[in-house]
Amino acid sequence: MAIDPSQVRRFAHGSRVPGWDDAVDLTKDPAVVPDPATTPVPEALRAEIEAHMAKYPDPRSASIPALHAVQRWHGWCSPTAIEQAACVMRLTPAYMTSVATFYDMFDTVPTGEHTIYVCTNISCSLMGADAVYAEMLEAAGGDPRFNVRGFECLGACDIAPMASVNGEYVGPLTGDDCKTIVGELLEGREVLPGKQLRKRPRADTLPMGEQGS
Amino acid sequence: MKLLFYEDIDHPDLNTLKVYEETGGYKSLRQALKMEPEDVLTELQASGVRGRGGAGFAMGKKVSFLPKGSMDKYLVCNADESEPGTFKDRELMQKNPHLLIEGMIIAAWAAGINRSFIYIRGEYVHQADILDAALAEAREEGYIGERILGSDHTLDIVVHRGAGAYICGEETALLDSLEGKRGNPRLKPPFPALQGLYKGPTLINNVETLMNVPHIVRMGGEAFAKIGTETSTGTKVVSVSGCVRRPGNYEIPLGIPSRELIYDLAGGPPEGRKVKAWFPGGSSAPVLPGTDEMLDLPYDFDSLAKAGSMLGSGAIIVIDDSIPIVDVALKTAKFYRHESCGKCTPCREGTNWTVKMLERIDSGEATPMDLDIMASVQEQIIGNCLCVLGDAMAMPIGSMIKHFREEFEAHIDARREENGLGAAIPQVNRGRHAGPGPMREPTGVDPTAAVA
Repeated sequence: MAIDPSQVRRFAHGSRVPGWDDAVDLTKDPAVVPDPATTPVPEALRAEIEAHMAKYPDPRSASIPALHAVQRWHGWCSPTAIEQAACVMRLTPAYMTSVATFYDMFDTVPTGEHTIYVCTNISCSLMGADAVYAEMLEAAGGDPRFNVRGFECLGACDIAPMASVNGEYVGPLTGDDCKTIVGELLEGREVLPGKQLRKRPRADTLPMGEQGS
Repeated sequence: MKLLFYEDIDHPDLNTLKVYEETGGYKSLRQALKMEPEDVLTELQASGVRGRGGAGFAMGKKVSFLPKGSMDKYLVCNADESEPGTFKDRELMQKNPHLLIEGMIIAAWAAGINRSFIYIRGEYVHQADILDAALAEAREEGYIGERILGSDHTLDIVVHRGAGAYICGEETALLDSLEGKRGNPRLKPPFPALQGLYKGPTLINNVETLMNVPHIVRMGGEAFAKIGTETSTGTKVVSVSGCVRRPGNYEIPLGIPSRELIYDLAGGPPEGRKVKAWFPGGSSAPVLPGTDEMLDLPYDFDSLAKAGSMLGSGAIIVIDDSIPIVDVALKTAKFYRHESCGKCTPCREGTNWTVKMLERIDSGEATPMDLDIMASVQEQIIGNCLCVLGDAMAMPIGSMIKHFREEFEAHIDARREENGLGAAIPQVNRGRHAGPGPMREPTGVDPTAAVA
């Protein structure tokens, strides 16, 4: 069967695959290590990255802590953020980007300030995590202040289904909890104080629940 | 029996140095520093303690592989606990960080190491903060730093936070990540004991393994070896999760029946349900069916290996009879597809194709022959990559097909019916990739006629 080329859906950059060549401009030379004289880096940020570099025998080891630092500063690993990290670490932006794109916790596209990772791995999904994730997406309602993501096992299967809200582990979650979390984040309150993992005692002191039903 | 870790774990403020010292903390360190490093190593070897991270390699042996003499050697604590179903290190580090620090100082003394790192996964924000605070306290008191407690031992410990990658729990990928690179596994040999971090000899151990060290020094290696079974010594913190009434961490002496863990401690599946299958050691371990014979297996390294599975990281995930096995297989495969680093083709492509085939099964486009192809894909991943991430998908998926083939076939037929495709035509796969085991001859069809 002949394919009509005009019927093949393409993205703006001419490819059928989204975003494959997004960051690449083939007419440019590859970026070199940024020049400290022309790359402004906030003083506090520079000091933080340099402190990380000093902890290791090889300063390059600080690339993940440096990316954490610039991500906290800029909200995401933006091209500016990457360039600043590269400038302080004396590495190329391409190297920093290669590291940033490998790890799940670095956002290379702009995201909301409130990070909600909903665990959708095996143990949590046995307890209904997929429904919780859908509820969470609905509760956030596409608000750009929220970064809601399904995440691989977060290491808290004892409170399945669970989520990490700005680094705070909470669970077991129900559908209603999702709306509460979103509301509490917007009001700047502590999330689900009664369901935080850090307050959970050892398991054999707890009563047998009906979890899993 | 007196437990090693969980006895006082809920002691208020155990994570502070003051309370930890009150409960007998850092006594083992003082004792160890009075001994010669070789004698500490002898105790570790006598204890027979095996790695708690997944591979179950004897820790004392691993330490003895490190070259002797003065050179840059490193100790790395693997706290990148990402294996689905595992959450023991999280609770241990959060509630008792000083035990880990003490274990690391003693292990470093035994191996002649001066620099060490704790590679903790980036998601454990709270636990990393606790470790940082504990290290600051220990440094203040002179437990870390130069000439610890007046001895010749010098050690520095740095907490390194990861950023979300399952592969970084693999020891060589962890080393690459710690060197500031993408977390790709390395070719072995050379093993990290000879050439690891910054090309120096490196000892890598799991959190729980290192936490055993102060207990071994305190009790003596031989007394420690009396706990558990002959080849699986000591206690184990087991994470039980999934379809159970009280999921959580339970510390047990190795070798108790698995049934006791699943039913007595974790409460078993909810009323009216039965255990259909269980992962004995995290999602990378082949599943075992919920038969009486399997549930009565002693929970130790060798018994589980003999039954065709493994103790792995010591995480039991229970699947009850209300869960379709195809869903579990699909979740498992999707996880490994997402986490494959992409360096080796069998893993990168094999995980992807397994997901695609499982999606075909679930959407009603598959035929029973797809099961054979899928099983053969799993066979071809195992042993063909630099690390075992691919194997970690191939083994559970392969075991699910082996134990639950009827259910897979029924699922395929049911979904085909829903799709209006009708029952699959019985096929005889005579290709090169016909899959493992004896070929299943379709009933009522003459196999020779099918060829003609």
